[in-house]
Amino acid sequence: MKLGFTAKEERFRAEAAGWLQGQLSGPFRDLRGLLMQGGHAQRRRDWERALGAAGWSCIGWPEAYGGRGATLAEQVIFAEEYARAGAPGRLGYMGVELLGPTLLAFGTEAQRRRFLPPIARGEELWCQGYSEPNAGSDLASVRTRAVLEERAAGPEWVVNGQKTWTSFAQFADWAFVLCRTEEGSRGHRGLSYLLISMHQPGVTVRPIRQMTGGADFNDTFLVDARTAAENVVGATGDGWKVAMGTLSFERGVSTLAQQMSFANELRTIVSMAEANGLIHDPQIRQRLAHAHIGLRLMRYSALRMLSSAEAGKLSNEAYTYKIFWASWRKKLGVLALDVLGPQGEIAAGASYEWELLPRLFLGSRADTIYGGTSQIQRNIIAERALGLPRESRSS
Amino acid sequence: MQFTHSEEQQLIRASARSLLAARANAAQRRATLGLRAGYDPQLWRTFAELGWMGLAIPQAYGGAGLGWVELCLLQEEQGRLLVASPFFATSALAAPLIGCCAHEAQRQSLLPRIAAGELRIACALAGADGRPPLDGVGVSLESEGQGFTLSGVSDFVIHGDSADLFLVLARAPQSHGAAGLSVAALPAGTAGVTVHPHVMLDLTRPMSRVEFQGATVNRQQLLGEPGDAGRGIEQALDLARIALASEALGGAEYVLEMTTGYVKERMQFGRPIGSFQAVKHRLADMMIEVEAAKSAAWYAATVAQERPEELAEAAAIAKSYCCDAFFDCAANAIQLHGGVGFTWEHEAHLYFKRARATATLLGTPAWQRERLVRHFAAGSSPTPIF
Ligand SMILES: Cc1cc2nc3c(=O)[nH]c(=O)nc-3n(C[C@H](O)[C@H](O)[C@H](O)COP(=O)(O)OP(=O)(O)OC[C@H]3O[C@@H](n4cnc5c(N)ncnc54)[C@H](O)[C@@H]3O)c2cc1C
Repeated sequence: MKLGFTAKEERFRAEAAGWLQGQLSGPFRDLRGLLMQGGHAQRRRDWERALGAAGWSCIGWPEAYGGRGATLAEQVIFAEEYARAGAPGRLGYMGVELLGPTLLAFGTEAQRRRFLPPIARGEELWCQGYSEPNAGSDLASVRTRAVLEERAAGPEWVVNGQKTWTSFAQFADWAFVLCRTEEGSRGHRGLSYLLISMHQPGVTVRPIRQMTGGADFNDTFLVDARTAAENVVGATGDGWKVAMGTLSFERGVSTLAQQMSFANELRTIVSMAEANGLIHDPQIRQRLAHAHIGLRLMRYSALRMLSSAEAGKLSNEAYTYKIFWASWRKKLGVLALDVLGPQGEIAAGASYEWELLPRLFLGSRADTIYGGTSQIQRNIIAERALGLPRESRSS
Repeated sequence: MQFTHSEEQQLIRASARSLLAARANAAQRRATLGLRAGYDPQLWRTFAELGWMGLAIPQAYGGAGLGWVELCLLQEEQGRLLVASPFFATSALAAPLIGCCAHEAQRQSLLPRIAAGELRIACALAGADGRPPLDGVGVSLESEGQGFTLSGVSDFVIHGDSADLFLVLARAPQSHGAAGLSVAALPAGTAGVTVHPHVMLDLTRPMSRVEFQGATVNRQQLLGEPGDAGRGIEQALDLARIALASEALGGAEYVLEMTTGYVKERMQFGRPIGSFQAVKHRLADMMIEVEAAKSAAWYAATVAQERPEELAEAAAIAKSYCCDAFFDCAANAIQLHGGVGFTWEHEAHLYFKRARATATLLGTPAWQRERLVRHFAAGSSPTPIF
C-alpha cells in the first residue's frame, strides 16, 4: 500500500490547477460552478475551444490525435482539479469521454485521424444515439435501421428511425448511433455503430422538457439520414460489442473524479446548515455524516480502481461504483432540500429556475436512470460478478 | 499510488485462510462455543508460533515488525470464520494501548511477551453503560500514599475471564474529557478485582464485567505518566476500531459468499431461487456494501501506517460503515436462507449476533458519525444525544 501520488504527478497537478484557476478567475469567470444542466451554450463552446487550445481537452489520448498521452493517474488528477476549480460541466463530454475512447479501441486509423483532432480542439461536439422509444434498458431491441445504398460518389448508409433522450443533440455536430443493419435480425446480432452528421436535412431534433424545467435531452428523428459507408465503427453487424465498450467508458475512469464536484455540493449543504442552525439537529448531523462517509468511500474506491487499472485489472468495485455514487447523490438531493427547509421550494424569480441545491434535488433523480438504471446495474452485479442465473430475455 | 495489497500481503492472507479453514472451521467453532474461554488455546499457541501475535509489534520488541495493514488482513480472515482468539484483545487492542501510552521500560517488558504468546491481555475500558471511552469510564483512580487505588466497574471486557493481565482505563476524580486518564496494568488475581463472566448475545466473543474494590496499584503499574494517557488512548482506540472494522468486513464478505452459494443451489418453483430478481437484487446490494466496506477498511489500515493526520477520520468511517454493512449482510443472509436461517443449527445467526456486538464495541456507528460531524463541521455545538 502506498497512498499519495508521485512528485512528478504532483507537479502535473500544480500545472493543471494553475491553468484552471487562471481561466476560471479570468476569462471564464462566468462559467465557474455551472454543472451540466442549464444554458450558456455559446460560452460552453468557447470553453471547449479554450481547453483544446491549451491542450487540456483530451489529455489521455495519444499526442498524434490531439492528446497528451497522459497516464491514468494524471487523468484522474486533472479531473480532480477540474472539479475542485469549479470548472463547468462539459458540452464536449460525449465526444471526449465516450466516442474518443471508443474510436481508440475499435476505430480505424482513418476514423481516428478524421474525428479525434476536432474533438480535442473543441470544434466538433457529439451526442449519443442509443435509446429509442421502445429500446431503453433493453437496448438490443433498437429498431432504427440502416441500409447501404450505391451512389455515384460511393456507397452510403441510409438511416431511418427515432432516437430519444438524446442529450445535447441540439448542440451536436455528429452522433454515434446504434442501428440495425441486417434486415430481420433480432437482439444483439445485426447491429452496427454508425457515425452520422447532425447537419443534414434527414436529421431533426426536437427538445424534450425535463422535470428540472430545462430541456437538455431531445427526440432525434432520422428520415433518410445519410452517412458514408466507411463511417461504421468496428465491423458491420458488430455494433453491440462497440456500443457496450462505450458504455463501459461511461461507467469508467471519467467518473472517478466526480466526488470532487459532489464535495462542492456537500460543502454547500453543510454551510447552509451552519447558517440556519440545522447543524445542531441530531438527525441532520447523522445524515450529513452518512453523506460525508459516502463521499470519502467514493474517493477510496476510485483510488482502488485506479490502482487496479494501472495494473491492467478490472476489480470488483468497478461493478458497484456507478450504483453507489448514483444512490448516494439522490440521497444528498433530499438532504439538500431538508436543510434548505420550506423556502427551498420557492423559486427565486418568476420562471421555473433553481439554485444549486434544488437543482441537485431534481437533477439527481436521473443519476439512477441514465448509463444503465440501478435495477439493470443490480442485474449485472448479480449475474456477472456473483454468477447468479441469468434473467430470461425475450428479444 | 499503490492501493492494493502487495504479493507478500496476499500471501499472509492466503496462509491465514488455509490455517483457519483447517483449525477454526464451523465444526471446530461449535466445539469452542460451549467453552468458558470461548477459544481454542492450541490455535492461539499456533498464532504465536507463526509470529502473528506480534505481527505489528516492532522487531526491537520481539515482533515481526509488519504494519497495521497486515494485522488487519488477519482480522479479516478471523472475521470470516468468527474466530474468537485472544488475538483482537491482546494484539489489536492491548498492544497499541501499550505502544501509545507506555514508557520504554514498560514496552520492553510487555510487548515481547505478547509476541511470544505468553500474555493474554483483557482491556477494561468501557463503563457499565457501554459508552465508549472517553465518554464512559467507570473506574476511578485515587492516589493513596505512594500508590493508587482503583474502584468502580468496567464492563464489556473481552476475554475478561481468561486473561493473564488487565489493562484498566481509569479516571482521576473530577477530571473530564481526555484529561486525567490513566491506564493501569494489573495481573489477574490481584486482590480487590472480581470478574463476572456474562452470557452474551454474541456467542463468539466472551465478555465479562470486572469490578474493582480498592485494588491497589503502584506507580510502575501505570502506563506512562499518571493522568496523561488521554491522547494515547484515543490513538490506540482508533487503531483497534480499524482492526474491528476489518473483522466486520471479513464477516460481511463471508455471509455474502455463503448466501450466494445457497441461492444457486436451493430450488423453488422449479428454478434456483437465485434466478429471482428480488433475491438477486438483495445480493447485489450486499456486494455493493461489501465492496465499499473493503475500501473503507483497507484505506483506514493504510492510513494507520502512512497518514497519522487522517487516522481519526478514517477510523470513524471504517468502524461505522463496515459494522453497518456487516449487519445488513448478516440480516439478509438470514432472510435469504428462509426457515433454516432461523435455526440454532445454521451459522447465519452467529454472524448476525457478531455483527450487532461488533457495532456496539468501541462506539456504535451512530457515535462514530457524530464524531465525524464534529470533525468536519468545526465550531458546531451539537445537542448531546448519547
Ligand atoms: C437525463 C438523461 C439523459 C439521457 N441521455 C441519453 C443519451 O444521451 N443518449 C441515449 O441514448 N440515452 C440517453 N438516456 C436514456 C437512458 O439511457 C435510458 O433512459 C435508460 O437506459 C432507461 O431506459 P428507459 O428510459 O427506456 O426505461 P425502461 O428501460 O423502460 O425502464 C423503466 C423501469 O423499468 C426497469 N427495468 C427495465 N428492465 C428491467 C429489468 N430487466 N429488470 C428490472 N427492472 C427493469 C428500469 O430499471 C426502470 O426503473 C438518458 C436518460 C436520462 C434520464
